[in-house]
Amino acid sequence: MSSNTAEDGFRYYGPRPNWQWVDVAELWRFRELIWTFAQRDLKIRYRQTAVGAVWAILQPLLTMAIFAVLFGLLTAKPTSSGIPYAITCLCGLIPWKLFEGTITASTTSLVQNQNILQKVYFPKMILPLASLIPPLVDFAIAFCLLLVLMPFFGVAYSIKMLALPLVLIGLLAVSLAVSLWLSALNAIYRDVQFIVPFMLQIGMFISPVVYEMNAIIPEKWRWLYSLNPMAGVLELFRWSILGLPAPSFSSLAISLSGTLLLLLGGMFYFRRMERFFSDRI
Amino acid sequence: MSDVVIRVEGLGKKFKLGTSEPYYRLSEAIVGLARHAAAFPKRLFSSSTSSDASNNIPAHAPNEFWALKDINFEVKRGDVVGIIGRNGAGKSTLLKILSQITEPTEGRFGIKGRVASLLEVGTGFHPELTGRENIFLSGSILGMSKFEIKRKFDEITNFAGTDKFLDTPVKRYSSGMQVRLGFAIAAHLEPEILIVDEVLAVGDAEFQKKCVGKMGEVSKSGRTILFVSHNLAAVRSMCNKSLLLQNGIARFFGDTDHCLKEYSNSFRQPIQNHAAHLGSQIHILNAYVDLPDERLLTTDDRVTLKLVYRVSQPQITISIGLAVYREGELLFSSVNRPGASETPDPFYKIPMDPCVYICDCTLPGYFLNDGDYFITFRIYDNSNNTIAETSGIQLTIHDSATMRDDYLGIWQGMIRPQLSWNTYRQDHTLAENNYET
Repeated sequence: MSSNTAEDGFRYYGPRPNWQWVDVAELWRFRELIWTFAQRDLKIRYRQTAVGAVWAILQPLLTMAIFAVLFGLLTAKPTSSGIPYAITCLCGLIPWKLFEGTITASTTSLVQNQNILQKVYFPKMILPLASLIPPLVDFAIAFCLLLVLMPFFGVAYSIKMLALPLVLIGLLAVSLAVSLWLSALNAIYRDVQFIVPFMLQIGMFISPVVYEMNAIIPEKWRWLYSLNPMAGVLELFRWSILGLPAPSFSSLAISLSGTLLLLLGGMFYFRRMERFFSDRI
Repeated sequence: MSDVVIRVEGLGKKFKLGTSEPYYRLSEAIVGLARHAAAFPKRLFSSSTSSDASNNIPAHAPNEFWALKDINFEVKRGDVVGIIGRNGAGKSTLLKILSQITEPTEGRFGIKGRVASLLEVGTGFHPELTGRENIFLSGSILGMSKFEIKRKFDEITNFAGTDKFLDTPVKRYSSGMQVRLGFAIAAHLEPEILIVDEVLAVGDAEFQKKCVGKMGEVSKSGRTILFVSHNLAAVRSMCNKSLLLQNGIARFFGDTDHCLKEYSNSFRQPIQNHAAHLGSQIHILNAYVDLPDERLLTTDDRVTLKLVYRVSQPQITISIGLAVYREGELLFSSVNRPGASETPDPFYKIPMDPCVYICDCTLPGYFLNDGDYFITFRIYDNSNNTIAETSGIQLTIHDSATMRDDYLGIWQGMIRPQLSWNTYRQDHTLAENNYET
């Protein structure tokens, strides 16, 4: 709801314009709530599980094992860098799991919290923002595993790892952008939550998760491939962790501008739909 | 002027009903889009006037519904404002707009200060989490900072009386305990403006007393409260101002006593003639609840029911009966025979000449509980066959504070008779002899 700037000490609320920029100041005021929701989801997630947070390690490990066996049987070569498959695959899988976890949680975040949305006001964007955090915790755990495994497989740490925080921010931006679109859409069209699992499955194969882009995608199609914002981010992960050659400037530019467009569009779309959520959810 | 903290200006909320609702499912959106595309060539060729007409929404589209219309009022700092009205009058919609949960369709409202809204007890509770975790969760959702919650943590748990169960998941709490914990959190919010919806309707009597006490405390500390309730006794005792909503329109805003009087008037609308004609010799003309002055009928009042009928044939002898229903159950019945009446009815089975007659039946005060009753009259002939009857007349009894003293919870039961209570001392030895043998 719009708050016109305070006149005579009042903050006024009325019907608001269709298109609005994100109220960053308001989100900042509510920042504690992001952590509250994230904490709630973290606490509930591994309750009544036998191994708890070990799942954060097991999931990428098992997926990696499946693909290692699969590619072994097919005698295919999904990598061209010469780095052991376990490591290069985990370098793709661990950030992909973050993306996947965020999308899965955020798509239903508004619907699952509808009872709260209908009783209390807070900026709704808090919910998709909060769904970034639990997968981020899993990411941290799995990343530690990767760091332990690398010397074991004889892979050296790259100095470019210093750039990892920046790459991570890129990954979070892509995840948030897609989350904003899907959570807002799912609040109005419940079909979205059924489509998302398929989208993620397809997404995993059209992104360089279990293979390296250079090994599989022909040179002339790389520009098209780079339209997928996850493609650029995942290649950057391999670049910074393993010291592989960086993706070309043009494909990076395509990925980055795609991400920015998606993020800005998502923010506007979310803000536009936000005011209908409590009436229609 | 500077003391106004809430200013509501021309607030209105429109809901769309049925088909005009935008698509909920993606498939519907696709179908809608396809239909739109299919209509496109038609629109190209049709005249501009018809496309204008399709853009213009008729002033009173049948599938639109104004839940609120043109609401204006101002609330000053420290006011406790009751919002009353029948179900569907728009009370909850107004609270939802003021708490920013839904957006108004027109108009605006201004607020000065920090607002907390309590539309539910235990907002945001998660059953898997422990009491302690839920205090932080719910408190934070309701707008408390972590620091504030920590500071008030002991106070909250003492108030709720759930200290022992702090590390038990809330799903193992009894519903009463959940309510207590939820209210305890809410009660320790410290907003300048508090918006409350009927929270008092839950919980056991002792706890409700605690809640009312807490609300009183809050209002005395100079904070502003908006309070929606059906409990008129609570409104009367707590609110200095009240807003009466009727079908989405503000009928009155101001002094609570005056507002409650207006509310009672809204029930005074003439009761239609429910008469049914079964015999030709007798016609029921009217049956209604007699409301002598501009007041609400309360649990204290005697209630007079009137039956007006015309006798068209000479020398008819009849008796008149009455049945009172509540929640679909027959509560009691009566007939105007001498043994059932305090003073004998002079026309009971006495031959009557053609004329209009009025039959009164008075129910004692301090007898019916608050709520809705339905009343039917029947006219019997000499051999007790029904020859005329009315359909149900609604009788609404409101709560009075008289019997309650300081208790503001729900008064259970179909009736609320005033009884004779007395406690006295008995000699020791006698008591033991009486009860121990």
